[in-house]
Amino acid sequence: MAKPRIGYSRRTLLKGGAAAVAATTLPAPMIWAQDIKDVTLRQFGTGVSNLNEVAQKVKEELGFTLEMTALDSDSVTQRAATQPDSFDIADIEYWICKKVWPTGNLQAMDTSKIANYDKIVGIFKSGKLTPESVIAQGTAPHTVGFVDGPDGTSFAESETGWMTLIPTIYNADTLGIRPDLIGRPISNWSELLNPEFKGKASILDISSIGIMDMAMVVESMGEYTYPDKGNMTKEEIDLTIGIFTEAKKAGQFRAFWKTFDESVNLMASGEVVIQSMWSPAITAVKSRGIPCVYQPLEEGYRSWGGGIGLSKSLDGIALDAAYEYINWYLSGWVGGFLMRQGYYSAVPETSKEFMTADEWGYWFEGKPAEGDITNPFGDVLASAGDTRDGGSFYERMGSVACWNAVMDENQYMVRKWNEFIAA
Amino acid sequence: MSRNVIGWLQAAPLAAVLGCFLAAPIVMIVIVSFWGATEYSIYPAFQFDNYEFLFGSAVTYKVFLATFKYAAITWALTLTIGFTVAYFLAFHVRSLQTQIALFLLCTIPFWTSNIIRMISWIPFLGRNGIANQTLIDWGLIDEPLEWLLYSDFSVILAFVHLYTLFMVVPIFNTMMRIDKNLLEAARDAGASGWQTVWHVVLPLTKPGIMIGTIFVVTLVMGDFITVRFMSGSQRANVGRLISNDIGLLQYPSAAATAVVLLLTVLMVIGILLRFVNIRKEL
Repeated sequence: MAKPRIGYSRRTLLKGGAAAVAATTLPAPMIWAQDIKDVTLRQFGTGVSNLNEVAQKVKEELGFTLEMTALDSDSVTQRAATQPDSFDIADIEYWICKKVWPTGNLQAMDTSKIANYDKIVGIFKSGKLTPESVIAQGTAPHTVGFVDGPDGTSFAESETGWMTLIPTIYNADTLGIRPDLIGRPISNWSELLNPEFKGKASILDISSIGIMDMAMVVESMGEYTYPDKGNMTKEEIDLTIGIFTEAKKAGQFRAFWKTFDESVNLMASGEVVIQSMWSPAITAVKSRGIPCVYQPLEEGYRSWGGGIGLSKSLDGIALDAAYEYINWYLSGWVGGFLMRQGYYSAVPETSKEFMTADEWGYWFEGKPAEGDITNPFGDVLASAGDTRDGGSFYERMGSVACWNAVMDENQYMVRKWNEFIAA
Repeated sequence: MSRNVIGWLQAAPLAAVLGCFLAAPIVMIVIVSFWGATEYSIYPAFQFDNYEFLFGSAVTYKVFLATFKYAAITWALTLTIGFTVAYFLAFHVRSLQTQIALFLLCTIPFWTSNIIRMISWIPFLGRNGIANQTLIDWGLIDEPLEWLLYSDFSVILAFVHLYTLFMVVPIFNTMMRIDKNLLEAARDAGASGWQTVWHVVLPLTKPGIMIGTIFVVTLVMGDFITVRFMSGSQRANVGRLISNDIGLLQYPSAAATAVVLLLTVLMVIGILLRFVNIRKEL
């Protein structure tokens, strides 16, 4: 940041000014001191974690205001890259971070100010879930999780004490299916292009994620084995998208979806019986009383992770508030809130306190539910005896085959993707 | 001050507004279309990469063709419906009150947003939607019709639904100005109803038809959201190419496509205006 600051940002000044005006016009005691309660933090991100419940809880527990804006992944990237002054907190995915960090719109965070840093899951620090884990292909979070210093512009290999994003939420994704409409077991990614489901399949139209789903399918079909799915060559991109373009022309796909809600509607209405899907979308379909399974597949999961990044222009009391927010975020309530929807929290052990033993057993340990499992909105998602699709945290996050990724040939891929959508 | 200077001054405000909000943005788009882009930023340059990629891709031609196809079919349907509705309003409804009431009735759907009117078709046309259920109940079909939704059919249906009024209004307007004596004269001269419509009404409503045509063609050719929602992203027109590029931060490439689209639409309108002189009528 080139501009020197003297302790007041424009916003705090405005707030102060407004308070002063209010103080002089209203018969209230004059307050001159900057108070954290006057802070408003503007957060934006994808719909998954931009929940109004979180904002309400922040207001209750921390006292300041959090304004949430939910956008689709492309819009999030666009905004983080091009409108740095439009937000204070960016709730973005790790692959988006790889794209956006070089613009210099975000500032690195001092891990010594993060109370629960030591308890953050290994995936986000060393890259390994357990010491024996193999690191999956793609943009694994730890590869873009650290920079050399507060102003570092290139990513560091290992933990440095300066984090780009504080991990908040992540999951292992697979295909969602309608078991009632398919009527047989599904165990491979290649089923997405099975002609049996002609006109009843869907894939998501977000290039960075969609290309990874495609790669999983292509490998599963036995067409090609990638040296690194997360970093394809031009030829590999042509091959992958070529296979899907043919399928599209043959009428394999009913629709493509771009937002969470679209995927829910496609599945719930029965337009689609097999598609790329996100875990809470499955939950949303189920809560309407429609059977829907997040099918674990032999080839493993495509995983993603999101985190909170701070805008470069945050400073002073707003920055303190942001750190307070992050510490609160990792302290358990949000984690519990998210885990009860099927996501994982970056610090699972703190979330445990905010879940019942049955919920913890069902969502995290993969145990059969003892009673009804409800989501935070009160919908019943599972009843006694049900187990989570895919099992426990370690089973699911331990079989991740790749992470959502940004490739070296990203621009070429994007153009090819655009052609695929238009083909 | 001479009259000349005063004239210029009087024209200046409008010129400034048009310059700032019409000419300047277009100039910017043209300039940016020659720029380069990285994944997250654009940089000034003068290169033809964007155009090269655009014209070098077979998909571009297909998409332009699809755009013309949508425009042509939508135009034909909105014209038929629009002309019929306007004719009914202008010549069959006798009292002015009823005319106004019916005309307002036509505009009621416009009280809700464009997108809502479009999206409401989706549950109706879906595989298990009302349309399919009804047809099955009536025993007309055994299997749900797949092509009702996420197809060219649904896209064009939505276009026709959204844009017919843009045809009705200008045609109705010109029809109201037709001297009723001309119709009587045609009848006295022995013309049948159809002959009157074809030889008298139609030629006299040409300017209205042309204005409606310009509305519909430009709206359809510039649209992206209808095609996205109604085809479930399975079909594309030029607008979608541009919106995809913007979504993927490829602004220069989007600008290049926009420039080509702009030129295409201008050419189409240029050709249309050769047929009818709308200035005479305005």
